[in-house]
Amino acid sequence: MTQKDNWKIWEVFIRSKNGLSHKHAGSLHAPDAEMAIKNARDVYTRRNEGISIWVVESEAITASSPDDNDPLFAPADDKVYRHPTFYEIPDEVGHM
Amino acid sequence: MTKEMNLEERFQNYVDQENKIEPKDWMPEKYRKTLVRQISQHAHSEVVGMLPEANWITRAPSLRRKVALLAKVQDEAGHGLYLYSAAETLGADRADMVQDLLDGKAKYSSIFNYPTPTWADMGAIGWLVDGAAIANQVMLCRTSYGPYSRAMVRICKEESFHQRQGYEIMMTLAKGTAVQKKMAQDALNRWWWPALMMFGPTDDESPNSAQSMKWKIKRKSNDELRQEFIDKTVPQAEYLGLTIPDEHLKWNEETGHYDFGPIDWEEFYNVIKGNGPCNKQRLGARQKAHKEGEWVREAANAYANKQAERARKEKGAA
Repeated sequence: MTQKDNWKIWEVFIRSKNGLSHKHAGSLHAPDAEMAIKNARDVYTRRNEGISIWVVESEAITASSPDDNDPLFAPADDKVYRHPTFYEIPDEVGHM
Repeated sequence: MTKEMNLEERFQNYVDQENKIEPKDWMPEKYRKTLVRQISQHAHSEVVGMLPEANWITRAPSLRRKVALLAKVQDEAGHGLYLYSAAETLGADRADMVQDLLDGKAKYSSIFNYPTPTWADMGAIGWLVDGAAIANQVMLCRTSYGPYSRAMVRICKEESFHQRQGYEIMMTLAKGTAVQKKMAQDALNRWWWPALMMFGPTDDESPNSAQSMKWKIKRKSNDELRQEFIDKTVPQAEYLGLTIPDEHLKWNEETGHYDFGPIDWEEFYNVIKGNGPCNKQRLGARQKAHKEGEWVREAANAYANKQAERARKEKGAA
């Protein structure tokens, strides 16, 4: 008997209700997409957690590296002018 | 060497500031190994934990009890899967982990090596075993490794029903006939001490705990968790009108905790070594299930391959 199955790892995304985005719920193993959906239903939606499931092969996801966090995300740190509180509007003007 | 030191220092610093570690972050090799061992053992415990209860599904005394027990056992399968997934984010291979369990190389919680001879055991397991597991798991919701922590949050949410359904069974029996009450008491007598052992050896006998606490994998020591569990459970037993089988159990005004009698650690180590009442039976059941499911896994693979092949051909023809 071969010890290793060749079931791929899938990432599961669940939409909890219409109007909200699909959100990563976790991962699982399945031989194909159809089984991945069925497994996701059993593993991640036993208590009405969702109304829609996406499954994506883990291998298909490209992720940024934590080593690149600085060049990728630090430039946003000093751009306070992208936030509404940067601008001074007198109270008399009302909510803006 | 110095660079490695710096990385470890930076890691510790990061953890000390209550940051979570995610799969692609740098981590000390020992942190990774400790987590893989702990998470896989935890996963195995969920999987083997299905067996003592599955034993009673077909003989549950009512449909209400049956659907609850069935849902609980199904949750445990799910919890095993969340945990295997968390271990996989650390580079562990699921097939290897499962094989280690089947080969008897991997540990799982020693509590599941005790038998479940009566229906009252379903009550005692939910109340005490799940109660002890929840104490541990609530702490682990704040563990420093992100995927483990997220799995724990999910598990804790689902498990509170497990303990409540167990306590409800105990309540029904404790308020029932004399025979039913005796059955509940007998189950409490058999599960109490093994439940206390679930928290693991005392702090001074648990050499790896200090490092796990430092890395914030664990947030409370074995003895702290055990004491918390006892303090919480004693009043629950009193409410049931049942007696905890410990003649030394006594409220200590000074410490604000219950004092309790000595735990038989020889029994604990003996069960871990494989000599508990049901070790062979549990492992045998897992091996049998795995073997009998082989054709299903093969068929699913064959079907997936055939579909993929067909899709390739259709694409080629188009």
